[in-house]
Amino acid sequence: MSSLSTNSEPSRWSQIWNSNIGYSFRKNPVAIVSLVIFLVIAVMSFCAPLIAPFDPYDPGQIDIMNSEYPPLWVDGADAQFMLGTDDQGRDLWSTILYGTRLSLLIGICAVGLQAILGISIGLIAGYVGGRIDSLLMRMADIQLSFSTLMVAIIFLAVTQAMFGSETFNQYAIYFLIAVIGVAEWPQYARTVRATVLAEKKKEYVDSARVLGFGPMRIMVRHILPNSLSPIFVISTVQVANAIISEASLSFLGLGMPPSQPSLGSLISSGFDYIFSGSWWITAIPGIVLVVLVLVINLLGDWLRDALNPKLYKG
Amino acid sequence: MSLLSVRDLSVKFAMRDNTVTALNQISFDLAKGERLGIVGESGAGKSITGFALMNLLSRPGFVDSGKILFQGDDIAQMSDAQMRRIRGNQMAMIFQDPMVTLNPVLTIGQQMVETLMAHRKLSKSEAEQIAIVKLREVYIPSPAERLNQYPHELSGGMRQRIIIAIALLLDPQLIIADEPTTALDVTIQADIMELLLELCETNKVGLILITHDLGVVSQMTERTLVMYAGRIIEAGRTREIINDPQHPYTQGLINALPQQTAPGQRLKQIPGNMPSLTAIPNGCPFSPRCEYVQDHCRTEAPKTVQYTHVEVACHEVHRLHSDKAEEMNR
Repeated sequence: MSSLSTNSEPSRWSQIWNSNIGYSFRKNPVAIVSLVIFLVIAVMSFCAPLIAPFDPYDPGQIDIMNSEYPPLWVDGADAQFMLGTDDQGRDLWSTILYGTRLSLLIGICAVGLQAILGISIGLIAGYVGGRIDSLLMRMADIQLSFSTLMVAIIFLAVTQAMFGSETFNQYAIYFLIAVIGVAEWPQYARTVRATVLAEKKKEYVDSARVLGFGPMRIMVRHILPNSLSPIFVISTVQVANAIISEASLSFLGLGMPPSQPSLGSLISSGFDYIFSGSWWITAIPGIVLVVLVLVINLLGDWLRDALNPKLYKG
Repeated sequence: MSLLSVRDLSVKFAMRDNTVTALNQISFDLAKGERLGIVGESGAGKSITGFALMNLLSRPGFVDSGKILFQGDDIAQMSDAQMRRIRGNQMAMIFQDPMVTLNPVLTIGQQMVETLMAHRKLSKSEAEQIAIVKLREVYIPSPAERLNQYPHELSGGMRQRIIIAIALLLDPQLIIADEPTTALDVTIQADIMELLLELCETNKVGLILITHDLGVVSQMTERTLVMYAGRIIEAGRTREIINDPQHPYTQGLINALPQQTAPGQRLKQIPGNMPSLTAIPNGCPFSPRCEYVQDHCRTEAPKTVQYTHVEVACHEVHRLHSDKAEEMNR
């Protein structure tokens, strides 16, 4: 034990770096590249107000006369606009930065909501068992038998009709988070329940009960931390899924309004101009979306392998 | 008043359309600070007894009838909240396999502090001080450093010591040890048993030792219960049961010990297997395997009688004993 022979504890960072996970990360170039690309996209998009040359939300900076400039490497470009402009004359580079920020934000918040719902329901179903388990899992089955998009389209269309376009556009981000979060909780609940069922038979749970701990404490403090690895894996996949769902909904006109475009609404707004030659309005945000989802999925793949006990415990 | 008094305890398991009896009307007492051994084959109901005493029978098991009086209160009737105040606090339990009884993601210190703070109003640093004292009592070297270690960093013997320390944290009146050394090396087994014995003696803690190892029972306990198919078939002072067993089953168990057989010969095992709980024979459950069996053994369940120094449930115990006396005289 190095921590015993030396008095100085190794820092948390070096502990992570030297752990099994850290090792498998260092040995996996795909994971490294994916994480770097993801971090670059994430940092740039969250720093959008600092980096972006224009503010796409400020109508004062948009001039319709600038519309449909191509990117710099195509003839007829304007030096002001690195990636060209969209149909309303917005700088595409700035708009993509802001749009990626929205997409990521919605993805992460929606997964957060899914996780809260799914983990608590899965924990209770797995630990308590019996009728409560059957009830909750049947609810999950019913939820899963509707496709996420269908639930989301119905919900968003109804809210849009109920509140009117203007109010809806104002709160669209919250509606999107709520609907994607609620529609996908069974994924979490099922995974967590399966792990809890395996964990609760282990003797440390018995010994926790013998020590007089209540069910709440056993669930949250003893079983949950032992069930984290599948939760991590599913979280990465779900973030990617949530981003795709958001993009699809926005593409269908049920998501972010054109005045505050996310990646999906940008792709959608450029779609009308694809055949008139302005391919970049759709193509560039599309590439960003594909790359973003791809690196998240690759990271998830690596994480699943790294956390799989069968692969390194032999 | 005895610390623990079990009266006619029956535990049943609900099956699809009937119930099976896992414990059949067992009764015993444990005085304060007394050490009691429960021996028997696998499936005799030893561990179920332990879990019933903790009120931790999980579905489909349930207490069908009888009383478990702990310091005068019936455990079988207690609510979950009342029971939680007793578990860990006044009664502790030690399990078989130390490799899996500690939570792998919490440090030793976190687990000990959590246990203390769940039952007593203590600050974290006070709890840590108590934890260090208890770790020292179980002879863990450099206890303060162990607090920051995870279970996987420690050996099996070390972990079982820590589990014993956790069991002793709140100074319980009674420890139930369910085969505490089965998963350990033989050399470490002896150490752990010695430690457990010493701690029970110095702290005046009652011990119920569940095991199938007669050697351990004779070393550790003052009284012994022998269980067979969910019944207590013989009970008495350990020394008398080991030296002069009355029930044919107990005799068989002791004769089956390797020490009783000359080198090169086959061990004297008891023929047959213990009946499954769904098919316990009528009358004496041991009758199909018993060499002294008579017709009434197959129809009538034997009552527990006082015979010489022990309580024994056998119809033929008088005859058996006279046979033996004849043998001795010859």
